[in-house]
Amino acid sequence: MLNQNSIWRYLTVVVVLAVALIYALPNIYPNDPSLQISGTRGAEVSAEKVTVLEQALTKENISFKSVVLNKGQILARFNNTEDQLKAREVVAAALGDEVVSALNMAPATPAWLDAIGAAPMKLGLDLRGGVHFLMEVDMKTAMDKNVNDLVQIYRTDLREAKVRYRSVTPDLVNQRVVLAFRTAEDVAAAKAVLSKKEADMVYTEAEDNSLVVTFSEARLKALREDAVAQNITIIRNRVNAIGVAEPLVQRQGAERIVVQLPGIQDTARAKEILGATATLEFRLVDETADVQSALAGRVPPSSQLFNDRNGNPVVLQKRIMLTGNHIVGANTSFDENGRPQVNIDLDAKGGSTFSNLTKDAIGKAMATVFIEYKPTDKKDASGKTIMMKKEEVVSVATIQARLGRSFRITGLDAPGEAQNLAVLLRAGALIAPILIVEERTVGPSLGQENIDLGLNAIMWGMLSVLFFMVIYYKWFGVVANIALAANLVLLIGVMSMIPGATLTLPGMAGIVLTVGMAVDANVLIFERIREELAEGRSAVHAIHEGYNRAFATIADSNITTLLVALILFGIGTGPVKGFAVTLALGIVTSIFTAVVVSRLIVNMIWGQRRGTSLPV
Amino acid sequence: MRLFNFKTALNFMKLKWPALVFSTFLVIGSLVSLFTQGLNLGLDFTGGTVIEVKFDQAADLNKVRTALGSSGFADAQVQYFGTSQEVMIRIAPREGVEQKTIGEQILTAINTVAETPVTVRKVDIVGSSVGDELKEDGFLAILAALVGILIYVAARFEWRYSVGAVASLLHDVIITLGLFSVFQLEFDLTVLAAILALIGYSINDTIVVFDRIREMFRKLRDATVEETVNEAITSTLSRTTMTSFTTALTLIVLFFMGGAMIHGFATALLFGIAIGTYSSIYMASSIAVILGASREDLLPTVIEKEGEGTSAL
Repeated sequence: MLNQNSIWRYLTVVVVLAVALIYALPNIYPNDPSLQISGTRGAEVSAEKVTVLEQALTKENISFKSVVLNKGQILARFNNTEDQLKAREVVAAALGDEVVSALNMAPATPAWLDAIGAAPMKLGLDLRGGVHFLMEVDMKTAMDKNVNDLVQIYRTDLREAKVRYRSVTPDLVNQRVVLAFRTAEDVAAAKAVLSKKEADMVYTEAEDNSLVVTFSEARLKALREDAVAQNITIIRNRVNAIGVAEPLVQRQGAERIVVQLPGIQDTARAKEILGATATLEFRLVDETADVQSALAGRVPPSSQLFNDRNGNPVVLQKRIMLTGNHIVGANTSFDENGRPQVNIDLDAKGGSTFSNLTKDAIGKAMATVFIEYKPTDKKDASGKTIMMKKEEVVSVATIQARLGRSFRITGLDAPGEAQNLAVLLRAGALIAPILIVEERTVGPSLGQENIDLGLNAIMWGMLSVLFFMVIYYKWFGVVANIALAANLVLLIGVMSMIPGATLTLPGMAGIVLTVGMAVDANVLIFERIREELAEGRSAVHAIHEGYNRAFATIADSNITTLLVALILFGIGTGPVKGFAVTLALGIVTSIFTAVVVSRLIVNMIWGQRRGTSLPV
Repeated sequence: MRLFNFKTALNFMKLKWPALVFSTFLVIGSLVSLFTQGLNLGLDFTGGTVIEVKFDQAADLNKVRTALGSSGFADAQVQYFGTSQEVMIRIAPREGVEQKTIGEQILTAINTVAETPVTVRKVDIVGSSVGDELKEDGFLAILAALVGILIYVAARFEWRYSVGAVASLLHDVIITLGLFSVFQLEFDLTVLAAILALIGYSINDTIVVFDRIREMFRKLRDATVEETVNEAITSTLSRTTMTSFTTALTLIVLFFMGGAMIHGFATALLFGIAIGTYSSIYMASSIAVILGASREDLLPTVIEKEGEGTSAL
């Protein structure tokens, strides 16, 4: 029989819509003003801090909804933003500078929804306010350093291999090294030696007994990857120090990094922090000095008192053996005994300096000092944030042998510690500097206004279409309207489910547009049914033919639109990408609701109707 | 309720040449404007700085301009944005000056003429290299969309229809760009998104008509190509108008309620949909017909077994 709803159709529609409804539900709960408290440099916040904070808040008479420890971070919820701001000061006073607190709007999703992973849609910066930076890694500077470094390395290599050369010169314009020799034999010998030592380079013999060395594609790629990866690590650390809830630090294209800091208004401060330099120094431990007397203020004139990460005092020589800008790489691995170690690579100059200095220092302890400038809440006369210099001993190790261009630090307790040290070493190393090529700031009031505008537009757009459909298609219009409402729920549900989907203002425009275009499928079907009826078919056949014949057209016309949405997704950034996402998802959901959901209802009510009339 | 209820097909194909002449005229006009005065490209494409501030009282643009001029930003474009309290300032990218400090310098300058300090609504700083890339990407995106559609329609129908469809899409895109050029409306990334959405929308209409042409070829065995096309366009006319109408309805809502940021987007789509509806009725099929589209192109060739007598059944 025609127009029967199979049990599968019922099941599919009910299940799909129920799931969509549940996942769309978190969006209707308002957000709680909250503080997100995390340890500095990614350290975990301990459980006792929760009690400390609760007591401090109670003492200051600040009411709070909850203070919960989750994944090493504390989330404290408040009733209003006033309490939230007051609490931030309390956090700073009670928990000190081991933690960073960030203002946030935490979704008040009920526990049962939270348990199934339902969460509200992510809002783009244009809706929640904040800063967006697009940074470009300055590869030119990084390459210049590499070329200059190679010159030093080649000179040493040739000297060691006893190959006579006239000159080794950097060519920064073409990013290559030119070596000049007296005889053709020397050229061949040099090529043989160097190509073994520095394998990733391209060696080309040129006129006048010279050898031109350029970077191979693989080497260039590796250099670029390293520079970008290193910068991302550094930026992540610093963003963490600013205290931003849900920051985004992501690579974009070959040499760019996107940084989004929702909720941050003081861009000047954010830029200072992101642009601040961290440095690293290697110093010998002053083993003759007495720590106790140093603590009492009697530090030897050639030495200085430092603290390690746990606050224990260490006396170090004032003379710096080497600074971090000579480090070219640091990574972790395991030693022969399976214990974690950190491998460090230095540039040519750093390598030779280090080998001279460590020659006489075998058996002595060497400390790695990490120096960072941290923003304070104070500002100077010109309104700039005052930066506080923070020096910290991150490792002390005994020098086992004369160290050269690459060495390792062993004897670390845990892989986590090694990982941390490597990150710090890289953060203090000189890498390609970054330039800000794009910056967008959206004020908080504008964000909220945009949300209101978008919601209003969706509501009125929807209402006007609903009204019109009923006028034009009578009862079938009501069915189309139910499908349209289902479409909106489905779209919001899917948007909330997909982790990468972000709602932006153009995205909201996309939803409004989808509302207008989504009725198209129903319009096609209803017009078809009218035609079939006009040709004298029975109601049953008109419905059957109307849906079947219109479907091919609906599919054809939507596939092309989907194609366009995908292209838009490919080129768009930020807000426009949001538009592409809603457009593409809207097409898919509207086909489902307009064809499957509306058919279900039409079949149920008019599926077996006798005669040749339908309320369409 | 019913808008159109025609007993006989309307003769759209009679108007194919006048329509083509009219469209060619519009396209040439748009191209002339695009080549002579170009588009008023937004910050996304040119690079530079845009700052939106809100004054507590209605702002005096001349005072703001003077203040900016004396701070070395004589080239700043200053205009109201939405209301008379909100002001948008745009400055071209400049060499040598630290991009980061421009925002702060401008704010200091504006605050000298404001009674109470202004609220910063939005600051956008875009490097000129980023803008150049976007221009290229945007152009490529439109091209990719058109080529993709060309291939899809050629596969589903036939090359003559594909050419007709893409020609009418190009027509829509060029004339919409022409509108933005003639009136020097700001062309930003959201407008580019609108143009792409328009391509998606307009091809929708065209394919609905093509589908019906194919069906009519099957149904009306004795009709000429032009009669068939007329029949197809007439029978889909209600749907075409209805969908354009509901979409336009939501766009009008967006235009008036979506805020200044969405204005360009809504303008481009509203205009584009009007043009797109016209072109899918008058252009796409006309071009296919002029190129010699015929019944055999769309229908599988049937081997008639018993000579001529089959239709007598």
